[in-house]
Amino acid sequence: MNLRAIRAIYAFEMARTGRTLLQSIVAPVITTSLYFVVFGAAIGTRIAQIEGVQYGAFIVPGLVMLMLLTQSVSNASFGIFFPRFTGTIYELLSAPVSAFEIVVGYVGAAMTKSTLLALIILATAGFFVPLRIAHPFWMLAFLLLTAATFSLLGFVIGIWADGFEQLQFVPLLLITPLTFLGGTFYSISVLPPAWQTVTLFNPVVYLVSGFRWSFYEVADVNVAVSLAMTGLFLAVCLAAIGWIFKTGYRLKT
Amino acid sequence: MPPIISVSGLSKTYATGLQALKQVDLEIRRGEIFALLGPNGAGKTTLIGIVCGIVTPTGGSVTVGGHDIVREYRASRAMIGLVPQELTTNAFETVWQTVSFTRGLFGKPANPAHVEKVLRELSLWERRKSKIITLSGGMKRRVLIAKALAHEPQVLFLDEPTAGVDVELRQDMWQVIRALRDSGVTIILTTHYIEEAELMADRVGVINKGEIILVEEKAELMRKLGQKRLTLHLAEPLKEVPSKLAPYRLSLSANGRELVYTYDTRAARTGITGLLDDLTAAGIGFKDLHTTQSSLEEIFVDLVGRRR
Repeated sequence: MNLRAIRAIYAFEMARTGRTLLQSIVAPVITTSLYFVVFGAAIGTRIAQIEGVQYGAFIVPGLVMLMLLTQSVSNASFGIFFPRFTGTIYELLSAPVSAFEIVVGYVGAAMTKSTLLALIILATAGFFVPLRIAHPFWMLAFLLLTAATFSLLGFVIGIWADGFEQLQFVPLLLITPLTFLGGTFYSISVLPPAWQTVTLFNPVVYLVSGFRWSFYEVADVNVAVSLAMTGLFLAVCLAAIGWIFKTGYRLKT
Repeated sequence: MPPIISVSGLSKTYATGLQALKQVDLEIRRGEIFALLGPNGAGKTTLIGIVCGIVTPTGGSVTVGGHDIVREYRASRAMIGLVPQELTTNAFETVWQTVSFTRGLFGKPANPAHVEKVLRELSLWERRKSKIITLSGGMKRRVLIAKALAHEPQVLFLDEPTAGVDVELRQDMWQVIRALRDSGVTIILTTHYIEEAELMADRVGVINKGEIILVEEKAELMRKLGQKRLTLHLAEPLKEVPSKLAPYRLSLSANGRELVYTYDTRAARTGITGLLDDLTAAGIGFKDLHTTQSSLEEIFVDLVGRRR
């Protein structure tokens, strides 16, 4: 195991975050604060409690999840796409490092960054609404599992993407809509039965629901199902990455 | 001593159907400077790419220091430093950061003293805190060399190291390369500049259309394949070459004072004695004579041209 390589990649990626502090940390915090102001304070006061939880507090897990998903994907995808774009990937491919070490370095850094951001946003939320975390262990577990899964997904996208447009495609046109439709701002129980069934095909539902359960013990789907689905996405992403390195897809000719 | 790099039956066919390498066999000796010459698209970069792990071979095998590049990729890659052809650098990292990063990537413990030594040798020390994006092209090229040397490799690949580099920097680089060779590093360079191979290399390999056409000691190559030119400085100027001497296909200089005879050193009879006899018979005297060897470039063009 080339631990020094993992550390070099990890430190390189974290340094990149440090250089772009404004866009990586400040911007998401401001965006989330705006959601709280609009949905929590302005509109939320006119909405009755949802399943015994005040609306402003109800949306916190969903908002944290929204940021966690988009940031995990964009950090990890950019991290591996940029060396491909500039050509510096030659160094990674010619170094005595295994696929596992490369992934741990890049995905580990993306995970760290998005998890830290999620925790900062959670703390920010504490300023606007009363927070209660019923199961801190499970809250953290869902946070880390989701960060890992979507950072892996981001890594796959970063390798698949041929240009900046494709790089933006998945976060903007797939993950954001799925998150909004995945019960971030509402409980899916308010939907007509037919739409509830459709919604169950949206993977984000399971993530938001499980995460919200760890806060308020209210969930759209059973927590065990949420956990199993998260594990399933994780396995799918790992398999995809395994295939990429085995075949050299878009990495080697 | 066993070769440091051993390539056998190596072939590569790209997905496009392009056959970049055809059954290449090649051995690189420990501690030598080996120049790989060939026109564009000959397969030079593909060959280097395979040895370094960037390109997947279609067939054949390569060992570096006795380690198979696929099964023992960690051991083989740890021995190699690669300077790519393109100026592919990071942009926002500093020179120091990017060189230290490479050292870590190759699994070596941090060693500021070594990084400092490399940066000083390449005249980059003053710019160690500069972001790479602010450097000139020549400086970036040196950064790439510094990165390749960061982990103290035993084999250094230089893919067109002096392409687009000004004369002064080119000479600096040659010095660095010679110093490296003196310290025991094996160097393989690809180049378009024949003068570079002629000046630097111990051995020369010529590759064309995916095949190694020849591998030879540089001196031997030039001796064996070279055409020589015999120049005679005449005592009295001539108006034209006498018809009796026509079979020698001599050329006369504009001022009529020099006669040039081109002959092949490989030929059984060079024809020099005959020429000198015939000159005396024709009453043409000469004050001096000298011979010149054809340059590697002429040899190269000749070789590649003959294969077409």
